[in-house]
This record gives sequence, structure tokens and C-alpha cells, in this order.
Amino acid sequence: MLEIRNLHARVDGKDILRGLTLSVNAGEVHALMGPNGSGKSTLAYLIAGRAGYERTDGEILYQGRDLLAMNVEERAREGVFLGFQYPVEIPGVSALTFLKSSVNAVRKHRGLAEYDAMEFLKVVREKAKQLDMPDGLLQRPVNVGFSGGEKKRHEIFQMALLEPTLALLDETDSGLDIDALRVVASGINRLRDPSRAILVITHYQRLLDYVVPDRIHVMAQGRLVKSGDKTLAAELEKTGYAGLGAAA
Amino acid sequence: MPDSVRRRNADGAGSLTTTDIAASYKRQFAASRAGLPGAGLRWLNDLRDDAIERFALTGLPTQRLEDWKYTNLTPFAKTQFNLATAAPARIDRERIERFLLRGVPHHQLVFIDGRYDASLSQLGTMPAGLVIRSLAAILDEGGEEFAEHFPRVGVNRDQAFAALNTAFMADGAFIRVGRGVCVEEPIHLLFVTSGATATATQPRIFVIAEAGCALTLLQTYADVGTDETSSLTNAVTEISAAPGAIVRDYKLQREGTGAFHIATTAVRLGSDAVYDSFALAVGARLCRNEIHAVLDGGGIGCRLKGAHLLRGRQHADTTTVIDHARAGSRSEEDYKCVLDDAARSVFQGRIIVRPDAQKTDARQMNRNLLLSRQAQADSKPELRIEADDVKCSHGATIGELDANSVFYLRTRGIDEKAARNLLIEGFIGELVDEVHVGSVQVHLRQAMWSWLSRSRA
Repeated sequence: MLEIRNLHARVDGKDILRGLTLSVNAGEVHALMGPNGSGKSTLAYLIAGRAGYERTDGEILYQGRDLLAMNVEERAREGVFLGFQYPVEIPGVSALTFLKSSVNAVRKHRGLAEYDAMEFLKVVREKAKQLDMPDGLLQRPVNVGFSGGEKKRHEIFQMALLEPTLALLDETDSGLDIDALRVVASGINRLRDPSRAILVITHYQRLLDYVVPDRIHVMAQGRLVKSGDKTLAAELEKTGYAGLGAAA
Repeated sequence: MPDSVRRRNADGAGSLTTTDIAASYKRQFAASRAGLPGAGLRWLNDLRDDAIERFALTGLPTQRLEDWKYTNLTPFAKTQFNLATAAPARIDRERIERFLLRGVPHHQLVFIDGRYDASLSQLGTMPAGLVIRSLAAILDEGGEEFAEHFPRVGVNRDQAFAALNTAFMADGAFIRVGRGVCVEEPIHLLFVTSGATATATQPRIFVIAEAGCALTLLQTYADVGTDETSSLTNAVTEISAAPGAIVRDYKLQREGTGAFHIATTAVRLGSDAVYDSFALAVGARLCRNEIHAVLDGGGIGCRLKGAHLLRGRQHADTTTVIDHARAGSRSEEDYKCVLDDAARSVFQGRIIVRPDAQKTDARQMNRNLLLSRQAQADSKPELRIEADDVKCSHGATIGELDANSVFYLRTRGIDEKAARNLLIEGFIGELVDEVHVGSVQVHLRQAMWSWLSRSRA
């Protein structure tokens, strides 16, 4: 699903990724961990297509295709989803309007009929119920006045609606209390699927108590320094990143 | 020739100088005077004569005047408008269909080239105490109601465009709502220009809201000509709201980009009255909305809101004067502008707090979104505070679309143009959402969507 080969990238002229190699297969959940500044978010933004993030060497293949050759919206329509660490507030645009534009853009690309307002409302209500998403939140402007937990739940909710084939979740657990963390984790687990690959980027291992990954990778200074199965999280808990020679 | 006029000639713009214009307008007035509605009424003739003389004396405003500092009327001076309304064109209903208000029962008055068209108009349910009439009809009948109420608001007679309107006013609406009457159905005044070159329409609208009444007014200005046709709308609206009256005053201006649109609104508010205004403009080559509100009592809530969507070489000017004459009233202003290409916007907001107007709460905000490097926004707050126990604030912002927000939307599959449009809609939509009538919100949003659908990729 996702093949990253010898990836080098820079941001604002500064080299951040230095030869990252990583692959995630359909049906798997991987966790990408590492200290601040190790390049986790840079990878997420590069995959999503943020301006200013420049690949200098290597490649990213998504379903065997050159991901970086696609523009931002194409990637999304082809099934790549990035859950933001800091979701953006958009005053004046209701979450419902935003979600409808998003879902219909993706459906259109996939050759499916676009939802009209009534159909969409039905779909949203159903999903909201499944994910315990308060209805009132969707009438409000996108992320405006949402608590930290609500913003992250809104990200997971978008992911559920868009049904991506590759989902990257960038520090989706940061700033959440234990209850919000549980809700977010159950939202992720619900999306585990043989046809879907999920890459969870996290600084802390506590999310991994709820979302048990198939593989864990530790990143430092722009490349992977260690990979292993779920037991690696417990090991990290004991030794810290320093113990793995991965201190920032 | 008075000195003041001769001096203004120095600014003389283009092919016509201010004196040329004054002389030409006077000639047109003399030629058409006998054919104007109410021509047999002596007091009205005197009013018109006085107005044309005042216009001749001041001439067209120039940028030397503080109130016109950022708006250049040179292009206006280059067009010879036919100020007296000729026989209006016949327009079929389907050609104006898209400008009509939908969804709820309402009163609909349609004016073609400034003249009331009964065949396209329809009044809704009329509660006792509500009068809605064509101004021409009232004047032709002797104009008694008009004469009785005319002095109640009083637009500044020395304002050039208001004076010009008074001289030439041929039609418009006279609305009176009796004490305590709540008019449920919005009153929609639709002004359509048929598109003949150099047509001028000068509608006059009177709203007399007696104590404790409530009404919603919607004015739509549109044209069915080609986009480039040069036309002039010079509208004057006078609103008198007695104590406790609630007046909602909404407006949509979607004329073609060859049009000059000058609108002057004078509002006088009694104690505890509520005046809510929102004006959306997407059309006209030059648009000026000028509002003068006098808060003549306590407990008044006066809200002036508006939005312009501009592109090409469009120029829009919002000039407001809020006069807090008595203690304990609130005013709130929020104007937004979206500018693409080489468009220009002007906001001038003057707030006057008289010595008696203690405990005044006045807030003013002007926000501009620039979509192009060539666009320009000028913002000028002017607070004149003569009382010491007041709360007054003002702010202005000029910025671009947030790249972060555009990126966020694109990562959700929304293409760049749609993402930008969604953000623009949100920027303006915040104000549209405050409009109290759902059907009016839709009416305004449709004009906004139509503007957005023509935006660049």
C-alpha cells in the first residue's frame, strides 16, 4: 500500500528526512514513534502534500504509483487521509457544509453519485451515532470553539466518512484526556480493515494500549532506527528513546 | 457663478467639468419638470427647484471633500446620463424571475427602469395599518401622505446625490406601518434596469415605522442588460422608526459592471427602536452605499452590516455616519469586503457621540480579504466623541486567504478553487447568517454563489 524508499526531504532549506525506508501493507496498522524533531510530522505533511516540504531524494509509492506526482486533492480523492495534529479552524463554514463538499468531491472522483443535502444528512447522522459524535458539533463552524478532544474526534469522524485506503494520524492522541483517548482509539479500531493501511504517528506509547499496532517503528534524525512488533512499545516505555540510541 | 463652483472646476474631470454637468443637469431638469409625478403640486415643485439649485451649487463631489476622499467620480462625469426617467421598457416576467424572493409569502413591488410595474407586482397579506404604495401614485393623487411624513427623516439636502434624487425622483415606494403593527411578510422592492445606455433611475423610498411596529424590507437592484451597459442608479431611502419600532433593512445590489450605483440612506431612530441593516453588493462598476443614522433616544440598537464581493476594476465605497444624540444606545458596525483583480474598496465609518450621549456603546469593524496583489482596500474610522462615559471601539483588518486553511480543505479532496470559494463564503456567510429571514438569506447567498462561480481557478 505504502512504500517509502530512501526518502530525503527538506523544509525551509533544512534537511529533515535522511534516508527513510518504510512499508505498510493493506490490512496493517503501524505506529511511528520517535522524539520531537525526528521527522515524524514532516513525513506526514510530505505525504499529504503541504507546500514547502521538498523531497530531495528517494520516493513514496502509494498503491505502486508515485504519490508525490499527484496534487494535494488528488491524493485525498485517491484514498490518502491525514489526521492533523492541529486541525484548522474555519469560521463561517459549518462542519456539515465542509463535510458534504469533501465527501462529494471524493465520491465524484470515484465515479459515485454525489449526495444531495437530505441523503448526506442521513449518512452523517448514522456515522455520528456510530462514533458518538454530538450532532450539534456539525452545525457549528469547522473546529471553531471545539475543545482539543472535539477537534480530534472531528478528524476521526472525517476519516470514517471518507473511508480512506491509507490513513495517517499525526499525533491524534496529543492533548487528550483518557476518555477522549478511548473514543478516538475506538474510532481508529473501527476502521481497521483488510483493505486499509493505517499509520499512527505518536510521541507516547499510551495510545498503543488501545490501538494495538502490527508493527512499531522508531524514528530518529530522519530515518528509522528500530522496528519491531507491539512489544517494542513496552521496551520503549522502560528504556525511553535514549535506550534505543534514538535520542534527539 | 459662485466662487465655490468656479474653484471646483479646477478638478474638472474628463470631458465634462462640474459646471458642465450642473448646467446639463439643470437643462434636463427644466425640460422634464412638467412630466414628473406630482408636477401640479406647488410645494413639491418648490422642493424640486430648491434641490436642483443646491445640486448646481455643490456640483458633483470631488476627492477634495473628506467624505469622497477615496472615490473618484471622473468616470461618472464622462457619461451623459438621461436623468429623467423615460417610458420604461416592457420586461417579461421570466427575465426577472431569478431576482425574485422565493420560499415565503411576501409583498413584491417591481420597478422597471425606476417605474412601478403593477403587472409584475403583488402585495401579500395586508394587516390593518399597513400602507404600501408606489410613490408616483401617491404624488399623482396629491401627495398628502407624503407631504405629511416627508420632514420626519430628512436626508441632508446639501448632499449632491440626494439633492439630485429629490429633483428628479419619479417613483419608488411609500411604506407606512401603523402603531404596534407587525408586518410578517417581507416587503421586497425589486429595481430592474432594462439596459438602455445611459439610463438613470432615481428611486425614492420612504419607510415610516410607527411606535412598536415591526417590518422587514428587502431591496434588490439588478439589471437585464448586457454587463457593460452604462447606467446610473441614484437611490435614496429615508427611514423613520418611532420608539420601539423594529426595522430590518436588507439590500442586494447585483447590477452589471457598467453600472454606477449610488445609494443614500437616512435613518432616524426613536428610543428603544431596533434598526438592522445588511447590504450585499456583487455588482456595479462603482458602488457607493452611504448611511446616516441618528440615534435620537435611549435603548436603541442600531446594527449596520454589509459585504462587497468585487473583481475586475470594480470600486465600492461604504460610508457611514452614526450619530449618537442621546444617552444609552448601542451601535454596531461590521463591514467585509472580498477583492480580486484590481478591485478597490473604501470604508469610512464616522461615529459621533454628542455631549448628552453618555453610556453609548459603539463598535465598528471593517475586514477585507485581498485575493490579488493589485487589489486595494482603504479603511478610515473616524470617532468624534464629546461625552466622557462611553464605550467606543473600532478595528480594521486587511489580509489574504489563509494558506493553512486552503491546504486543510484540499487534504479532504476539495480542489483549490472550491476550497478558496468555501473560505470566502465562510468569511461573508458569517454576516449573512445574521439576517433574520431565511428566504432573504437564500436570496443573498444565491447572488454570492453566482459571484463565486465566476471566480478564477
